[in-house]
Amino acid sequence: MSPRAWAGRHAQTLVGSLGRIVRQPLGALMTMAVIAVALVLPLFLEVMLENARAATANLPQGFDVSVYLQKPTPSARTRALAEQLRARSDVASVHVVTADEALDEFRRSSGFGQALDALSDNPLPDTLIVTPTPAASTPEGSQRLQQVIAALPDVETVQADNEWVQRLSALLDLLRRVIELIGGLLGLGVLAVVGNTIRLDIMNRRSEIEVMKLVGATDSFARRPFLYSGIWYGLGGGAMSLIAVAVAIHLVSGPVAHLASLYGSSFKLMGVRLKLGIGVLALAVDLSWLGSWLAATRHIHEIEPT
Amino acid sequence: MIRFDQVHKRYANGREALSGVSFSIETGEMVFLTGHSGAGKSTILKLIALIERPSRGQVVIGNQNTAGIQARGIPEFRRRLGVVFQDHKLLHDRPIAENVGLPLIIADVSRREIDKRVRAALDQVGLLGKANCLPLELSTGEQQRVGIARAVVGKPQLLIADEPTGNLDPDLALEVMRLFKRFNEVGVTVVIATHDLHLIDRFDARTMSFREGRVLVPDAQTP
Repeated sequence: MSPRAWAGRHAQTLVGSLGRIVRQPLGALMTMAVIAVALVLPLFLEVMLENARAATANLPQGFDVSVYLQKPTPSARTRALAEQLRARSDVASVHVVTADEALDEFRRSSGFGQALDALSDNPLPDTLIVTPTPAASTPEGSQRLQQVIAALPDVETVQADNEWVQRLSALLDLLRRVIELIGGLLGLGVLAVVGNTIRLDIMNRRSEIEVMKLVGATDSFARRPFLYSGIWYGLGGGAMSLIAVAVAIHLVSGPVAHLASLYGSSFKLMGVRLKLGIGVLALAVDLSWLGSWLAATRHIHEIEPT
Repeated sequence: MIRFDQVHKRYANGREALSGVSFSIETGEMVFLTGHSGAGKSTILKLIALIERPSRGQVVIGNQNTAGIQARGIPEFRRRLGVVFQDHKLLHDRPIAENVGLPLIIADVSRREIDKRVRAALDQVGLLGKANCLPLELSTGEQQRVGIARAVVGKPQLLIADEPTGNLDPDLALEVMRLFKRFNEVGVTVVIATHDLHLIDRFDARTMSFREGRVLVPDAQTP
């Protein structure tokens, strides 16, 4: 048989199985809906997670340490300290923010400009922003660096103010793991649902399968239309879950934008990325196909003409 | 073409359907198997179509000992066989042409060749005009002829039929039997199980009678 004829035969079966679904849509729609429900939860959480990552991507990352010097510290001493720290093997760079620069920055961004003018002298200290080397960018490395710097003369306070970002990141990692777990469980659910639907399909068409076997059909020939049904179930269920998640995101996007505006942010919720959408469809089809294959292989083998 | 050698068949429920049956059928013969229901004639046909396996003894079809045919080889074996059933066993959601073409679709014959051979088979049973009908739009006699067309579309050397006239009135039964005779006349070996003795009398063919799992009239050609 030529490849073209082979492809033609498969296409025919594919369309034939779709025709069967269209003729009796209720059961198929129910199966697709169950698949969709199973996929919606992990998919929605995944989209929310991606949004959380996007929202926190611009936060200061890494293990920068802010070093506030005692007041007053001569600027020569500040520069000397910066040089001393730069010489350390676990420090990548040191950025000096003088008291005057800090005041200017504060004046610009805080809105307290006039109130600051009332002050007779600058209340802010010189500050060093110390960025550790990648190798030292660990919670332990940062800790050690903080201890060393705190012991230096003229240092008032040492602060690693990005710790909460790291905690958030760890939390998001945990959430990702939870989504994977839920997704895995619900994936098993999809297998079971599709497998059961296909099993019922096969029972309903038992006599047809017997006839086919009587005129010489192999198990794989008799199985083929059921595998294609499985593909359609997966495609339908996957598409329904994408629609449901799109609707859900639309529904929460208003409140999220409002919440963000209260924080002075123009953050907008992202929808399902194209790649994620295609991935979900592919996963739904794969799972559904596998469920069909397992059920059809087993039950069609059991059917023998009598 | 067919040789049964001391064949016993005991079903799982303990019923002894065949008790040491031996006979042979030559290529090109037409043979009637008769007897009351439960006499064993249906079991003979099931053993020929590999629907059942003998409990003891040998069944040889076309020089091939069926004991040597594994489950994987059964589809291939059945494609070389034409089988007609009392209840037609048609697929009711598909048109006549597709029912008849089913064995060829299964055997991966090309679309064009299928169309050609389906038309030829339907023409032989006089149903060319009904190719696009659904089975239930046809009369019982016509449905049986569709079943026969499906059995011969693959040009089998051996045609077996289990009570093919069981549900038909005498005129239709005669018509269907003549159809089998015509295929036999072009060289196909035909084995028909029937209890219609009046019908058998009208054909010049060997008859084997069964009772309680034994060949009652062994006939001259029994080895």
